[in-house]
Amino acid sequence: MPSLFESLWSAHEIRPGLIAIDRVMLHERTGAAALRALEAAGRSIVNPAHAFVVMDHIVDTRPGRTDSTLMPGGQAFITETRAAARAMGLTVFDVTDPDQGITHVISPELGIVLPGLTLVAPDSHTGTQGAFGALAWGIGSSEAEHALATGALRVAKPGAMRVTISGRLGPGVTPKDLALHLIARHGARGGEGMAVEFAGDAVTALDMEGRMTLCNMATEFGAFCALVAPDAATFAWLEGRRHAPKGAAWAEALAHWQTLRSGPDARFDRELHVDAADVAPMVSWGTSPQHSAPLTACVPTAAEAGLAAETHARALAYMGLAPGQPLLGLAIDGAFIGSCTNSRLSDLRRAAAVVKGRRVAPGVRKALVVPGSQAVKRAAEAEGLDGIFTSAGFEWRESGCSLCFYAGGESFGPGERVISSTNRNFESRQGPGTRTHIASPEVVAASAIRGAITDPAELTDRAELA
Amino acid sequence: MPAPLRSVSGPALPFWQDNVDTDIIIPSREMKGTGKTGLAAGLFANRRYTDPVARTENPDFPLNWAEYREARIWLAGANVGCGSSREHAAWALAEQGFRAIVAPSFNPIFFGNCVRNGIAPIVLPRPVVEALGSPVTVDLETMTVTAASGEVHPFTLPEEVRTMLIEGLDPVALTLREADAIAAWQEADRKARPWAWLQ
Ligand code: SF4
Repeated sequence: MPSLFESLWSAHEIRPGLIAIDRVMLHERTGAAALRALEAAGRSIVNPAHAFVVMDHIVDTRPGRTDSTLMPGGQAFITETRAAARAMGLTVFDVTDPDQGITHVISPELGIVLPGLTLVAPDSHTGTQGAFGALAWGIGSSEAEHALATGALRVAKPGAMRVTISGRLGPGVTPKDLALHLIARHGARGGEGMAVEFAGDAVTALDMEGRMTLCNMATEFGAFCALVAPDAATFAWLEGRRHAPKGAAWAEALAHWQTLRSGPDARFDRELHVDAADVAPMVSWGTSPQHSAPLTACVPTAAEAGLAAETHARALAYMGLAPGQPLLGLAIDGAFIGSCTNSRLSDLRRAAAVVKGRRVAPGVRKALVVPGSQAVKRAAEAEGLDGIFTSAGFEWRESGCSLCFYAGGESFGPGERVISSTNRNFESRQGPGTRTHIASPEVVAASAIRGAITDPAELTDRAELA
Repeated sequence: MPAPLRSVSGPALPFWQDNVDTDIIIPSREMKGTGKTGLAAGLFANRRYTDPVARTENPDFPLNWAEYREARIWLAGANVGCGSSREHAAWALAEQGFRAIVAPSFNPIFFGNCVRNGIAPIVLPRPVVEALGSPVTVDLETMTVTAASGEVHPFTLPEEVRTMLIEGLDPVALTLREADAIAAWQEADRKARPWAWLQ
């Protein structure tokens, strides 16, 4: 029996190198360009019912938003994408739509991604959706045109890799920490060009949100895509979702989905094993997710980090850090809870548990919580999480990518040290000169409260966080 | 559709730091319009300018040196084009006049974006890349890179990629030639996986 990846791939192989695409998602940052290029070439969309357009990247996240954005000229991306998408009969999750949110958050919420499908989007974190046992990967905008116009993509077959994570994550250790641990240990290119299947009892023990966080970070591991074999947790999450099959179709789908797993004799080009017990709460110290270490560690030397002296020196100069400095206690200026990595309900709950009854430290000039979707926002508000965050001094935003990346408008400012639940700590990712440390939502929350990088266990009982 | 590319000769920009991500190639704030043009001035903006807003040139960045201003080939480091999948990186490079990138390895999404935009992605070992000098010739018909010294280095490229670059083919047009095979697959799939088909 082949690997899960192998079965999904061969099921979609029209011929070697030509892969059938079941779903295409677009967003406003490149949607207008792709749709207009199609139109200009006189091409139509093979199957408009299988294409979805989301306003998430540039859209404002301040309360009471409209089409106007803080990014100069940003409004045109929204209005032009909307106009092109409507003219072509596509479903649009618009600025004020109750289903709007980050592509990779709303797709599972609406049952757009399903086990066994191929799904592509012009966004590098599309692999997040592989948590549902779908082949989901990021493409360029011209490839999006290609998929829309032909129903297929020309794509070289990636290698197959399995990362088996055994044991149990310790109390207070999250899927984000697991991902950062993997990337720190095996490098930002550790899974380069590979379809990475996450397996093992530590993975099956994760809920769907945790699996999405793990698959999201596989992009930072260099992976072509990420996969988790679908199981009862996957099916339970999807049942009843808007675009998920219903009735007899559901039963038929389920029977198929239950076969989607790697056989005991499946062949992988690469295998890695991780012991979940080795994973500690993590934070990044440099300008690549690979530059991450346990919270309790110090900024490493180039040798300790296994980096070229030049790369190491550049990262530390950018971050304003020196080897030997403890990561715990580094003063921060800003805090961000959001992004397709960690902005789902469980993420917000865990962060709120740390924040509850406390105040953001006076030195933290900008602290915000951006729910991944309107559905997450409504659910969080129903539980009173918004009140916990706002009374602590966090801004409570509308859903979208927001300050996960710098679109050209709002930023934290040069030299500002920000702790962020996002996936990328690249130079200037959150604004020119902004210094980003990535961590789990609870570490972000605790750090905002103390005004310095903080282990949430110092504020709450670890058992309470688990 | 990109212009056909049989070979390109010209100045070769030496900028071979590893892991140059697409944000270094073009920062997100430079992606101002909704189209594919008007991006060349934003290429490498954070490295190329000391003040990217005022466009004050950084004298340390080689694209600002007389001998590389008209560079047609970029000699890059490993994992070039990692990070965000933004195709603007390839659009900006193409608009600036780059027709080839020679690097020890490419991010796969960026590799595809280069091909689609008429930029040949050539893989050669790092010591070779660093020793190429300038000018350089990349020839897709003979599958060789000729260094400034005259030394010739063979490379490999998937046949389909090579054909597309040489003929300046649009991949959509290429695939639409196979529309019958795709339609047949879809018809069979509607029967095999009706649940996968939305109305
Ligand atoms: S939240 Fe951040 S990483 Fe995710 S899609 Fe948006 S910009 Fe990209």
